[in-house]
Amino acid sequence: MAERITLEVTRYHPGRDQKPGSQTYEVPLRKDWVVLDALNYVKDKVDGSLSFRWSCRMGICGSCGMMVNGEPKLTCATFLTDYAPGPVRVEPLTNFPILRDLIIDMSDFLVKLAKSKPWLIRKEEKPLAEGEYLQTPDQLDTFKQFSMCINCLLCYAACPVYGLDPLFGGPAAIALAQRYNADSRDEGASERLDVLSQSDGIWGCTFVGECTEVCPKHVDPAGAIQQYKLTATMEWIKSLLMPRGGT
Amino acid sequence: MPAPTEYLPKTFRPRVSTYWWLGRWPYLKFILRELSSVSVAWFVVMTLLQIRALKGGPTSYAKFQEWLRHPVLMVINVIAFFFVVFHAVTWFNLAPKAMAVRVREKRVPGLLIAAPNYVVWLAVSAGVAWLLLRG
Repeated sequence: MAERITLEVTRYHPGRDQKPGSQTYEVPLRKDWVVLDALNYVKDKVDGSLSFRWSCRMGICGSCGMMVNGEPKLTCATFLTDYAPGPVRVEPLTNFPILRDLIIDMSDFLVKLAKSKPWLIRKEEKPLAEGEYLQTPDQLDTFKQFSMCINCLLCYAACPVYGLDPLFGGPAAIALAQRYNADSRDEGASERLDVLSQSDGIWGCTFVGECTEVCPKHVDPAGAIQQYKLTATMEWIKSLLMPRGGT
Repeated sequence: MPAPTEYLPKTFRPRVSTYWWLGRWPYLKFILRELSSVSVAWFVVMTLLQIRALKGGPTSYAKFQEWLRHPVLMVINVIAFFFVVFHAVTWFNLAPKAMAVRVREKRVPGLLIAAPNYVVWLAVSAGVAWLLLRG
């Protein structure tokens, strides 16, 4: 095995560069090193000006999502040896504005996430004295998969619809809305439906399916969106058949 | 209160290439799947033409059959047939994604949702084939 591998890293300085360029670094190729380790090696030993996000190094925080050889990946879970003999191309996540080097501007996602109301909504809170809202393991099972989302944005980078139409709500925001809709403690499905049944909500999705393929936590956002479409259609049929809400 | 983005530095927004769908096989497959709806429309038009020919009597229908035997049309129909099969398969495979059916609090496996679609498809196709080929 070669002892070193070449990294081709996107560099962009907003005050200086008109557009992003690429810089090459030679890093040690170690069996237990992930791409994030290589970037940290560059930052610590070669070029301290290289900027990128990271935090937990264990696939929990969702900070270190980048494009590795054109694929959206968590760099803390992507081994360098899988790309030997190299080179390894490391770029910021596609479909997002680049702030600097490998750092993207995720403001758009944060706005859309808040719109999908990813929290428990109750029409009326029960008094504390009555205790917790209990759930059976089966009730937990209905939404657990969607609750694994770590907001890493790999799904947005893989979604061509989001790239072409920035108004589209996107996979993670809709999957998280579905996570709360499926929660037996939640009563806010109709509030979310008002937001997500718009043309730039669930109906923007053309089911490319790549969001599910790249998700490191196996959340299946594509499945969540299709389920949401079915729910929205059923609600629409119900509203036609029972325009007064069945009263 | 100003939006937090007001103080962010200038960003670079890369443009999506017109040929983005050629970059990765799953994207190309998606475009082919979307294009397959043209084949579905093609067969709808063919069926309408066939009904019109039937209505026109034996001479009209014989003429229609002769037209169908043209090599160009045969090639188009073979290609359209494969696209329609592709369209149907991707649609049936979507069913388990969209339908999270739960029986006794447990989610029904995706295979059990997709399989009936294929069974009905094969049964109807076999029925049509029997009608056409029984002589």
